[in-house]
Amino acid sequence: MSDAFIAGIVVFVLAAFVGFEIIRRVPPTLHTPLMSGANAISGITIVGAIIAAALADGWLAVVIGFLAVVFATVNVIGGFLVTDRMLEMFKRVPGKPK
Amino acid sequence: MTELAYLAAGVLFIVGLKGLTSPTTARRGNRLAALGMLLAVIVVVVDLIVDDVAAAWAVVIAGLIVGGAIGFILATRVQMTDMPQLVAAFNGFGGGASALVASAAIVAAGSGVATETAVVTVLSLVIGAVTLSGSFVAFGKLQGIIAGRPISPPGGTATNGVIAALTVIAGIAAVATGEDVWYWVAGGLALVLGVSAVMPIGGADMPVVISLLNSLSGVAAAMAGFVIGNQALIVGGALVGAAGFILTVEMSVAMNRSLANILFSGFGGAPVSDDIGTKPVKRATADDAAIALAYADKVAVVPGYGLAVAQAQHAVKDLASALEERGIDVYYAIHPVAGRMPGHMNVLLAEADVPYDQLYDLDQANPQLTQTDVVLVLGANDVINPSAKDDPDSPIYGMPILDVDEATTTIVVKRSLSPGFAGIDNPLFYEDGTLMYFADAKQALEETLSAVERL
Repeated sequence: MSDAFIAGIVVFVLAAFVGFEIIRRVPPTLHTPLMSGANAISGITIVGAIIAAALADGWLAVVIGFLAVVFATVNVIGGFLVTDRMLEMFKRVPGKPK
Repeated sequence: MTELAYLAAGVLFIVGLKGLTSPTTARRGNRLAALGMLLAVIVVVVDLIVDDVAAAWAVVIAGLIVGGAIGFILATRVQMTDMPQLVAAFNGFGGGASALVASAAIVAAGSGVATETAVVTVLSLVIGAVTLSGSFVAFGKLQGIIAGRPISPPGGTATNGVIAALTVIAGIAAVATGEDVWYWVAGGLALVLGVSAVMPIGGADMPVVISLLNSLSGVAAAMAGFVIGNQALIVGGALVGAAGFILTVEMSVAMNRSLANILFSGFGGAPVSDDIGTKPVKRATADDAAIALAYADKVAVVPGYGLAVAQAQHAVKDLASALEERGIDVYYAIHPVAGRMPGHMNVLLAEADVPYDQLYDLDQANPQLTQTDVVLVLGANDVINPSAKDDPDSPIYGMPILDVDEATTTIVVKRSLSPGFAGIDNPLFYEDGTLMYFADAKQALEETLSAVERL
């Protein structure tokens, strides 16, 4: 295995632990926005999609690259926007401190 | 430099996700994560320009415009009641994108890649494809295009095991031979697997399924990160994979069922007991409900999927406001698996401007219910079924429930006496302190509100 691949595994495992630690004990009120926001973050695959589309060589690669960018962009733009729209609605009783 | 910029994007994802765990910081958290995403996109574009490779920019720009427009329209137009299926659809697009990134690598590389690269390519392709087709079946079920009840494939869940095994075999063949055709076979089987695995899962188990698919889309993105050697994808994907997994486990715990049981049992096909609807119940009218509510000191509202179906979130808020004006203490008791996605009820009630500190979860609500005069149940059933506590033969025995039978009076608003998703009778409906109000939730709430105003 190449060094870069092993470094990738290290990053993967550490990031997964960070994810576990952050998400424990989240109030149910936030489960939907959290899931929706996390879903938008998984759209990071857009970076891979852009590379695939930019380097596409031949019609099959162009089609795959184009669809990859479309799919990833729907996920990113839609995911972050809809999460923001949901969170905009979350309010406390006016003037009542928590 | 590029790696450092990706690191910054990864840090923004972590800080953003952390922000999403608290109501006061959630909106900023989401925006920080979006900023991280924007940064990552700028970095990859600049990187491609600096490297001066023969880039097909037209394809990239066209894809960004088309995808951005679709995402924008969906995110801003869709109603809050349709949120579960929208989240499912976005998730499917994400999984599909990762599968396509892997496909592009397969097309570009041909044979002769390192074994570990072949392995992550197969994983990204297969997990992404399962996420894509599984999410769209979930979307179809939630949207009502596909029947919400469990539909087992021919041969039952064993068929899913066979398809899964064949997918693994095709994946191993792809790694061993390096032949493109095995990759496509594995990817195709994974698409079939996503459909056949989600079809047998009943509507009420959807919170768990959506959460699990969300986790898988993260894992697919991380695997795609290994394929193209990009740390930003690995960090973002691993975070989402872990976060989604935790949520999935929490949902399963809330139903007192193992994840395997939810995924493979085809639960919900249990025979419906024959004597449902024959035992006497106390029927209530809008006036009965209004009198019970208006002269109470403390009222709990228990929302369920029926509230979402009837789009009654504004109607319930109006009734609650009218009761509050009369000096009545109103709170909402929300079961973790009420509705069709984690936190579904919270989002609906937030849309109707219900303050989130009036929303009590299971642990907060149960001690309050013993001191509550009237509980108003809106289209919920299994989450308030006392059989879960006292009938060891019940399919839902052991599931933590909201103890609405502890309150003095319970008003159950339901369209009919039909059993809930679990297909079992609810003894609560026949108790002395229970009034059954047979109506659509929205209609019932509006009629009760006008009856309260006449008092």
